[in-house]
Parts: sequence; structure tokens; C-alpha cells
Amino acid sequence: MSGLRRIAIVGASVGGLTTAESLRRRGFDGVISLIGDEVHLPYDRPPLSKQVLSGKWTPDRASLRRAADIAALELDLRTGTKATGRRPGLRRVELDDVTAVECDAAVIATGLRPRRLPMLHGLAGVHVVRTLDDTLALRAAVLEAERVIVVGAGFLGTEIAATITEAGPQVTVVDLVPEPVTLQLGQEMGRIVAQLHRDHGVDVRMSVGVAEPIADNNRIRGLVLTDGSRVLGDVVVTAIGSVPATQWLRGAGLDLTDGLVCDATCRAAPGVYAVGDVARWPHANVGGHIRVEQRTNAAEQAQAVARNLLAGSGARPYAPLNFSWTDQYDVKIQLYGHRRADATFALIEGSRGEGRFVGAYTDGGRVTAVVGWNSPKSLLRHRELVQADAAA
Amino acid sequence: MRIEIDEDKCTMAGQCVLAAPNIFDQRDDGVVLVLDAEPPESERAAVEDAIIRCPAVAIWLAAE
Repeated sequence: MSGLRRIAIVGASVGGLTTAESLRRRGFDGVISLIGDEVHLPYDRPPLSKQVLSGKWTPDRASLRRAADIAALELDLRTGTKATGRRPGLRRVELDDVTAVECDAAVIATGLRPRRLPMLHGLAGVHVVRTLDDTLALRAAVLEAERVIVVGAGFLGTEIAATITEAGPQVTVVDLVPEPVTLQLGQEMGRIVAQLHRDHGVDVRMSVGVAEPIADNNRIRGLVLTDGSRVLGDVVVTAIGSVPATQWLRGAGLDLTDGLVCDATCRAAPGVYAVGDVARWPHANVGGHIRVEQRTNAAEQAQAVARNLLAGSGARPYAPLNFSWTDQYDVKIQLYGHRRADATFALIEGSRGEGRFVGAYTDGGRVTAVVGWNSPKSLLRHRELVQADAAA
Repeated sequence: MRIEIDEDKCTMAGQCVLAAPNIFDQRDDGVVLVLDAEPPESERAAVEDAIIRCPAVAIWLAAE
């Protein structure tokens, strides 16, 4: 048995909370400290850019668990508290309220910090969407706005563009990539997503960057793009990716190269594990280290880490088949697997004309990912096509 | 054990079907379908897995 009595979990979003829940399910009855820097009870992030930004849901509907269910876990729950450090070899996590949590093991689930454009720093009307408070601030701004610019056309940026378009303002999307969602889904799918947005009246401007802000009285009024064109916007949202929130672990003797680097069992050092967006680990079936910014992975990895923490020498490698999705207008796009940058894309069921299809990404004769467009039930069947493609 | 769901929150990910295939299925449109809302205790671990893996927090157990 593990002999663990006190476990500290840093990060109180889905990865952290699910780790706590999974430890209790497995019978761990020691102290679990759950430390989160936000003041809210744990909430879910996917609804932020969808139902919370649109106002369809009040924020409480994005709660991860009912208050009674969280209470039943009997946690040492510290919301509104930032972890500030961990020293090599010392079994404790230091906090910004000058106290520390003693622990036999620490689980790091601190997620991401959004990247920002330095040239927009300090200007009113510039937003990101990472937290609930970010989202509520953007929603208030959108209600007053006539034109909104979204910088970044990944899943988050395009989803924000769709939600804001449906709320009324004229939206422009800007990104350096040739098509939206290129990094997630490749250019063929990107062209289809671009058309979806143009059909809804979005001004989609790809292969172009931001040169400088147009501002007046410290308030954003628009952007000058790298091709010299000018786009007006009372609100600018940047969704240009994120960096792992590991800065607080500097000096802890851990490898922080693009995340907290772990072994195949998600262990970063003796007594230190990582869960969710922040974790980088070698995935046996993908080949090499990966870091996955997906909601479903955070919960699944949390279950694996809880198991491995308590298993001691019986820890098992974590090698999930990842799943992600985005909802835009009346379209649901879902993806299973790991699409490689040079994968070949082909439709295997349905068509654009039918408004629903399934496509496969093939790499060296193997299907490494499948994508569904308004095809949830069919995609689940096609999940079986995704073969393990371990680098030999 | 009684399973409750929120169809409006369901995001059609199908994770519940993967976790507990005896208990959950999807309607043709992808929304969760509960095959047995009061499953036997032998399904508890699978149902709890489904609840944890559901990325929409659309499944839970009724308070006992």
C-alpha cells in the first residue's frame, strides 16, 4: 500500500477536483488539500465560450459538482489561494497566504495561462477567455459592442467568434494560419470551418497578423494588420494559445520544458504528479511526449494519477485515446485521436451537402484520428478505426 | 442508485457509452439515452466512471 496520509492537489478545476474525487473513490481516507487560485467553487471551462458567454446559462450552471457533493469529499478546500512554490525534497507546498501545506505527495493541475499580445497591454476593451470572471467581463463588453475582433482562429477563437456573432456584433477573425483550426484539424477541415463562419457573416482574415493597435484615450478602437489593412473593433479578444502555468514551480527541481515533464505514469518526481493541460508525458501509442489541452483528458488523466498515486510500484502507463470537440452555430465538431501535421484527410461517411460527415486522418497507412461534423453517434462507431501507431 | 441526467447539458461526446455500455446509449441525434436508470450495484463502478468522464457534467446520482 502507498502509506500516503496527506495529498496536496494544486489547481481546483476539473483535473484537480477529479483527482480528489478519484482518490476518495479508491478509498483514500487521508487529508486531501485542494488549492485553487480562483475564488469560485470548481467550475467547468468548456461552457465559458459557449453558454456562459452567450448568456444562455447563468454561471452556476457551469459548476462541476453540487456544493453538497464537494462537501461529501471532506476536502481541505482552499479557494482563492495561490500556490507559490515547492522546494526540492521538501514535502510541502507553499502558499501566498504565507502558510504551507505539508504533504506526502503533490498533484500539479494548475492548467494554463493565456498568451497575450504585449502591444495590446493596458488598453481597455482587450479581453481573453480563460476564467469565469474573464468570460463575464467579455460578455458585458460584447453587449455594448458593435464590432468585435477575435485574434486567433483555433477552437477557442472560432467558438468565441460564433457565440459573439449570434449575439449580434459584426465579428472579424484574424490569424496567421492559412485557414481556421489548421493546427487542430488541418487545412481541408479549416476551409470548411472558414466557410461556415463566412456564411454567418464573419469577416475571416487568414494568413495575416496584427501589426499594431488603433487606440484612443487608452481604449482599443481597432487593429492595423500586417498587410496594412485596418479593422475596426470596440472589443478585441485574443485567443492565441496558452502557456502551462508552471512559473510558480521554478526552483523546485522539476523539468518545466513546456509543461511539467513526467514519465509514462504521469509522475514528475518522487511524490509529484501532473494532471491535465499542464502535464507533458510520453504517450506509448503516439510516440514522444505530448501535452493535451482537452477537457476530457483532464478528467481521464486525473483518474489515472489517482490510481497510480495509490498503486506505488504498480503504477501503469497512461495512454488514452483523446477526445475533443467544439460547438459553433448549429455545428458540432468532434475529434478522436492524435492528428499529425502531415496526415492525409478523406471523408469516409456523409458529405458537406448533407450537413453531416465523418472524416479520417491517415498517416503512413494508419488512421490516427477521426473527425465528425454533426455526427456524434456515427463518430463513436468510427472511433474503432483509430489504431495505435506507436513509433516503432 | 438512481441515475439522473440533464439532456440540455449533454454535449453528445458519448463518453458515458464507452464507460458504461450496459447503462447508456445515444439517441440518433447523439443525446444521452439511459437504458437503465436504476441499475444494479454491480454497475456502480461503471456508472461512476461515466459520471466522471462526462465532459458536460450532465449525469449524476440522485441523493439517497
